[in-house]
Amino acid sequence: MYFFNLLNTPLFISSGVEVGVHYYWNIAGINVHGQVFIVMWFVIMFLIAASILGTSKLERIPKGWQNFMEFFLEFSQEIAKNQIGESFYRPWVPFISTLFLFILGCNWAGAIIPWKLLELPEGELAAPTNDINTTIALSLLVSLCYFFGGLRKKGLGYFKRYVQPTPILLPINILEDFTKPLSLSFRLFGNVLADELTVTVLTILVPLIIPLPIMILGLFAGSVQALIFSTLAAAYIAEALE
Amino acid sequence: MDSLVSAASVIAAGLSIGLAAIGPGIGQGQAAGAAVEGIARQPEAENQIRGTLLLSLAFMEALTIYGLVVALSLLFANPFTS
Repeated sequence: MYFFNLLNTPLFISSGVEVGVHYYWNIAGINVHGQVFIVMWFVIMFLIAASILGTSKLERIPKGWQNFMEFFLEFSQEIAKNQIGESFYRPWVPFISTLFLFILGCNWAGAIIPWKLLELPEGELAAPTNDINTTIALSLLVSLCYFFGGLRKKGLGYFKRYVQPTPILLPINILEDFTKPLSLSFRLFGNVLADELTVTVLTILVPLIIPLPIMILGLFAGSVQALIFSTLAAAYIAEALE
Repeated sequence: MDSLVSAASVIAAGLSIGLAAIGPGIGQGQAAGAAVEGIARQPEAENQIRGTLLLSLAFMEALTIYGLVVALSLLFANPFTS
């Protein structure tokens, strides 16, 4: 789309701020953003390793990694349960917790790990969620999921909700299906990018100490955004199921 | 690049983030005030109130972020300059 291609033409860039500069890989004729993939694979590896470590030696009294992973599982189970409700939440726990853990991992991987030490030919390694393609992919996944959930539960009767309470609201109800992924993706993208830009600009101005509180705020905002994304995904699924 | 277009873009970027910050600022202030009131009335519900407050603050912040996205796309991905 127009917007995505235009992200490659940096115009008023000041020193050190790299928005819209990407490390392109050409895979089968498609240009992909390599720096996003590298960090994303790192996050996925970390999550897989944590899951394997957490489940390899299951004990009745959890400790170490098992304890840690059980804490996260309970937390994300709670997100799904609060939104979707006691009776239907169970099948959606894997999806919601994957979203939560992946986004949290992406945001924190961009904030905590000093990627600047690795030099890329073009662009820089940062949180994968500061690329709008990543967040749009995630939010389209959420859209697919709530359509699937609604259709599986109610069959074609799912589309009845478009003319409820009155058929006059039909255009608004259809529009809602487009604004949901739009707002989901823009919220995540904007927040993560804003955090990174603030830190970068402050680092250019004052390299020492001053950016630290903003970095900590970035960590906090990253976790809140992960929580919000998964909460909203669960709320949309609940809306389709009810 | 046309200097008029770039000047207009920079002004528009500043306006879009500035104006988008007004409404959510007021809303966040009201929400935080109400939360403080709630905590003062019922200190034992503090944790629950804090969670809800953070969630709703993040929702309001999203509105500013939309303005920020517009500003960023005007600055770094301006569709009118190519």
